[in-house]
Amino acid sequence: MSAREQWVAFLTIVTKEIRRFTRIWPQTLLPPAITMTLYFVIFGNLIGSRIGEMGGFNYMQYIVPGLIMMSVIQNSYGNVVSSFFSTKFQHSIEEMLVSPMPAHVILNGFIVGGMVRGMLVGLIVSLLSLFFTQLSMQHLLITITVVILTAALFALGGFINAIFANKFDDISIVPTFILTPLTYLGGVFYSIDLLPDFWRMVSLANPIVYMVNAFRYGVLGVSDVNVYASLGAILVFVVAFYLLALWLLQRGTGIRH
Amino acid sequence: MSALTIRNLTKTYANGVQALKGIDLQVEKGDFFALLGPNGAGKSTTIGVISSLVNKTAGEVSIFGHSLDTQRALAKMKIGVVPQEFNFNQFEKVFDIVVTQAGFYGIPAPLARERAEKYLRQLGLWEKRDKQSRTLSGGMKRRLMIARALVHEPELLILDEPTAGVDIELRRSMWDFLTRINGEGKTIILTTHYLEEAESLCRHIAIIDHGIIVENTDMKSLLEKLQVETFILDLARPVTEVPVLEGFEVWLKDSRTLEVAVPKSQSLNTLFVALAEQHFEVMSMRNKANRLEELFVRLVEQNLPGEQAS
Repeated sequence: MSAREQWVAFLTIVTKEIRRFTRIWPQTLLPPAITMTLYFVIFGNLIGSRIGEMGGFNYMQYIVPGLIMMSVIQNSYGNVVSSFFSTKFQHSIEEMLVSPMPAHVILNGFIVGGMVRGMLVGLIVSLLSLFFTQLSMQHLLITITVVILTAALFALGGFINAIFANKFDDISIVPTFILTPLTYLGGVFYSIDLLPDFWRMVSLANPIVYMVNAFRYGVLGVSDVNVYASLGAILVFVVAFYLLALWLLQRGTGIRH
Repeated sequence: MSALTIRNLTKTYANGVQALKGIDLQVEKGDFFALLGPNGAGKSTTIGVISSLVNKTAGEVSIFGHSLDTQRALAKMKIGVVPQEFNFNQFEKVFDIVVTQAGFYGIPAPLARERAEKYLRQLGLWEKRDKQSRTLSGGMKRRLMIARALVHEPELLILDEPTAGVDIELRRSMWDFLTRINGEGKTIILTTHYLEEAESLCRHIAIIDHGIIVENTDMKSLLEKLQVETFILDLARPVTEVPVLEGFEVWLKDSRTLEVAVPKSQSLNTLFVALAEQHFEVMSMRNKANRLEELFVRLVEQNLPGEQAS
């Protein structure tokens, strides 16, 4: 396939993915908007008003960046894991496998599709947060970079999960038992500096801490960890996950006999 | 040039089942080729390897001279595949399914839409273009898969049991369509359980059984191998005893129906003369089974492990 044909094929998958999640928007775009609004009302307004300041900001301002990142993470992951697994489950993956598309085009298409949903939900949640607080933007480039890298990393995670999944239960295990606990313990609702030393050290092993703090640094200008080291670590994980996903796809794991 | 060349193709699945045991196959450009075999013989595995859905264990496959190992993209551009099972997204619209498939081949959207309209019209699905595919009937879904397989205008079309579960009228219209596109130059490989279909459509045939090719020839030569043809005769008057006809095997199915095995060395005239001499009046006659079916059964029976041993 020529580069131009590959570009057309890539755009075809991205368009198909966007068409899929916008067609079922009550399942994909509306729930995170409602959930995050409840977080803003309950944690930000009702409980937050009694907590006072955190990191030099009122509690609502402090948790908004974390909640935006939580939305990006869950939706990038969720889009790719459910879409790619459904494609496997309905055997429509065969439409792509019989075509001359190289594996990297298929992978890029699904990943970008997942990133678009993650970032779109992130944007929706950001706009909703403006009804509750004011957000300044301290470091625009870092904010954009960390969102893109995080969305890519979790879209890749969702893809790898879907490759190994054999039944629908398999695509909910990682989000339920790994992703959600790591996100809640990833400094979304608190500064890890508040934790005792031991638990602070444990928290530093949680990759989501770095993503949430890097994003918070971009928006508010404060972080519990070194932002540039965080960005570097996320980038390394993105490259590693990409190479793993590509290798699995090329050898046909879970999709070819 | 050969449309398809397979050399020493083997496939052993992870569970140890050896589905293909070193098959060789060649299909010429423009041919209408039937690949027949009983369930589990290796037909779908062969098609799976050709269409890259199954990883081969060993051997070589090339499409119009392009190796699937070294020139994969070029080879795949030449093939359109209509699988046995429905494999499209049930929630996508008919038109979107065909246009999206064109996109996977790098065809720009305006041309993809033009082609989708062309093939959906040819297959009688244009009126259904905005319907979700899950709302289509079984026959329509099969035609949708044919439209989808043709949208990148491949030179080789492979159909895995395209008329399974399709009513007679629709089957006939699909035969007409396939005959027409074959006449326009497209090479077609077909697997089917309807041997009448293979006999009336295909010029060459291969029979695969237990992962090996047991027959590979043109249809005419194959049918000539049929040594005995069995006919059913409907009689004008009831009979109680089986007539004795020299040179023929005869069975009385009921009082008005005879079954006669006619060896290739005997003519039907001889049969009718013998029947007339014994005052049997025949009202009508028909083949007991399609000729290819009769031959197919004999070939497959010969290839049974127990039969081979004896």
